[in-house]
Amino acid sequence: MEYIFEILRFDPLKDKSPYFQEFLYQTEEAKSVLEALMDIRNEQDCTLSFRYSCREAICGSCGMVINGSIGLACRTMVESLGSERIIIEPLPNLEIQKDLVVDMEPFWEALRKIEPFLHPQEEILEKGHRIEEREMEKIFQYINCIMCGCCYSACPVVSRDEKYLGPATLAKLYRLVKDPRDRRSFLDWSRIDTEGGAWGCDTIFKCNEVCPKSVRPADGIEALRRKLVVERIKQIFRFKR
Amino acid sequence: MINHDILIVGGGLAGLSAALNCDPELDVAVISKVHPLRSHSVAAQGGINAALGNNPEGKDDSWERHAFDTIKGSDYLADQRVAELMCQKAISTIYELEYFGVPFSRFPGGVIAQRPFGGAGFPRTCYAADRTGLVTLHTLFEQSVRKQVKFHEEWLVTKLVIREGRCLGVVVYDVTTGQIMPVRARAVIFATGGYGRVYMRTTNAYINHGSGIGMAYRAGVALKDMEFVQFHPTSLYDKNILITEGARGEGGFLINNKGRRFMEDYAPSAMELAPRDIVARATQTEIDKGNGFENEYVQLDLRHLGAAKIKKRLPGIREICIDFAGIDPIEIPIPIQPAQHYSMGGIDVNEKCASIIAGFFAAGECACVSIHGANRLGGNSLLDTVVFGKIAGEAASDYVRGSEGADRSEKILLDEALEVKKRIDDWKKKDTGLKVHLLLNRLKAVMSEKVGIFRNKKDLEGALEKIRELKEDYARVHLSGKCLRFSQELVNILEFESMLDLAEVIALGALNREETRGSHYRLDFKERDDKEWLKHTLVTWREGKPQISYQDVDVSKYKPKARKY
Repeated sequence: MEYIFEILRFDPLKDKSPYFQEFLYQTEEAKSVLEALMDIRNEQDCTLSFRYSCREAICGSCGMVINGSIGLACRTMVESLGSERIIIEPLPNLEIQKDLVVDMEPFWEALRKIEPFLHPQEEILEKGHRIEEREMEKIFQYINCIMCGCCYSACPVVSRDEKYLGPATLAKLYRLVKDPRDRRSFLDWSRIDTEGGAWGCDTIFKCNEVCPKSVRPADGIEALRRKLVVERIKQIFRFKR
Repeated sequence: MINHDILIVGGGLAGLSAALNCDPELDVAVISKVHPLRSHSVAAQGGINAALGNNPEGKDDSWERHAFDTIKGSDYLADQRVAELMCQKAISTIYELEYFGVPFSRFPGGVIAQRPFGGAGFPRTCYAADRTGLVTLHTLFEQSVRKQVKFHEEWLVTKLVIREGRCLGVVVYDVTTGQIMPVRARAVIFATGGYGRVYMRTTNAYINHGSGIGMAYRAGVALKDMEFVQFHPTSLYDKNILITEGARGEGGFLINNKGRRFMEDYAPSAMELAPRDIVARATQTEIDKGNGFENEYVQLDLRHLGAAKIKKRLPGIREICIDFAGIDPIEIPIPIQPAQHYSMGGIDVNEKCASIIAGFFAAGECACVSIHGANRLGGNSLLDTVVFGKIAGEAASDYVRGSEGADRSEKILLDEALEVKKRIDDWKKKDTGLKVHLLLNRLKAVMSEKVGIFRNKKDLEGALEKIRELKEDYARVHLSGKCLRFSQELVNILEFESMLDLAEVIALGALNREETRGSHYRLDFKERDDKEWLKHTLVTWREGKPQISYQDVDVSKYKPKARKY
């Protein structure tokens, strides 16, 4: 098969603006978009920059826009796109560092804001926590997150409000709050009871749509909202008493 | 000049475990060529071993049994006291990981679940479905956020700088800016992982070039037991993505084209759960005998486990099969073939992860303490990374506290950085030359054809000859893209030198070792030979050449016996 790859190129130190470069690509094998990009780089233009590592959709390196859809290049088969022309662009909502490489720092910065680690009780339990599987199962959906940033890039709220924490971070917070082992106080995590936090979401579920690992971050955001409301009501009653 | 007390190279499990266990009073930083969460540890699936005895069938398990299984699995090449040390520490390690937040799967009653794994006498592999590496790496990363560990991301270390038996620091290529610069450190810990990509078929990530091991070698540190290369029996046909041993642990069958569970012929009692070297050889033998499918693969059949169990215990591999092979293992057996998976050998270090160079430590897959000997058991590598990462962090802290900074190291480091810069300029100046990816393809072909699962003198000699040819060709390599920012081509050129060295050391060790032990199978010497070969191979870079020597194995606890499964 013969394909035309149109790849967005941009070196902010050199180019005034991004541009598309065309590459002719031929293959008879079932290649992923990532494999195709590697072939193109090796055989046609070694300056083409993009990130990758595991090639099995678990490391989260190769998020990009492929024919208008956000996804992982390693997991997207060229053939499955059903088109001879394949347009590749970097993840939106993040600054381009070079070609398809974007600066993920705002994504990581948002994550750091929520204390993204378990707050267990003080002492290590000699035999670990005792938790039934059905309790752990409640967070399984969220622990699949590979922090690829696809949801962050797809989110319309992130694109207009740089203070918004974004879907992955909020889903991570829910995963932690929901973890039966976590002891963080309501005061602690309710800092996301803001427009930049849980209430920022437009609930149009772009994040759920693009997530390559079926995490459905918006489920976590909605659950956080419910939890916030319930906790607030509980507090009012406590106050009255 | 950037300066740290302790510099950790590599942000996978071993690197993060080291960082979390360094003395918090010291200035510690982690350098990684990718963001830490992109490290290959993330791809580990099946689990991590510890004799918790939580499985009803594992009630009589103990760390001593775990140690014995590890030693027997290693074909008696593991150093027995360090294997014991790891297995003893395993139990508290699991509870610590659990405390940090690893969401382990559970048994009724709420205790951590444990599944059977290859070569283990009891079910002792703790797991989080089949995403144990993902959740463990993310959890340790979360802890590093909590402890505000300093990271230098997307920096590639290109040189380890040593003078007069003492480590002074490293030279790095900052991939984001294209700069070459020295980083001074009083202690350096390498946690740089394996070299799977020197083989054509490997389960390893694209980034696993093994340059850390290569840099240590060039700096004069010996490499130990490098001829022991683990081939995993079950990688997805063609793409070679790992299909966890947990799939067999949960009850999966290996089936040949006659519909037979062929492990009956190779390990009648352990069957599919024999150690990896045995299952990988059996699988390759079946394929070679014409009992495979399309002469390329056999099948891993999970259908009898049922949809519920597959979805609950093996959701990740189901996803991999659907995404990368277009099949659902609930309905169709998985086509699998052996692929390179792990390096038992590595940088020669002692039980404190210390090398012969003062201030230079190594942990995880890049290191060889020697716990895994000639064959590693599944579930022991995650354990190795966390346990020995911690030991390395503590040992490096002790070292730094007890040492003084070197005076003239700045000048030396600057000169070393200049030298690296000059090399890169030379590659850049050349308008024509050889392209590194073509050399890499040639190397992979040689290693897969001649230094694979089955080895013999003629092939190994042929491999060495080809590797030496490739070394000559490497001198003619050029950098076709002149921009040094985010240049994967430059990364590849820099790392390829190490890959050539590692290939040579692997082939040389394999050629010299005229016996069969664990993963090292010689068609011309089919028996284990304890009289001649119960010893570690050490290869040192001397005057531009590998020099081989040998070291005794610690067999103080268990006398080597024939390995039967």
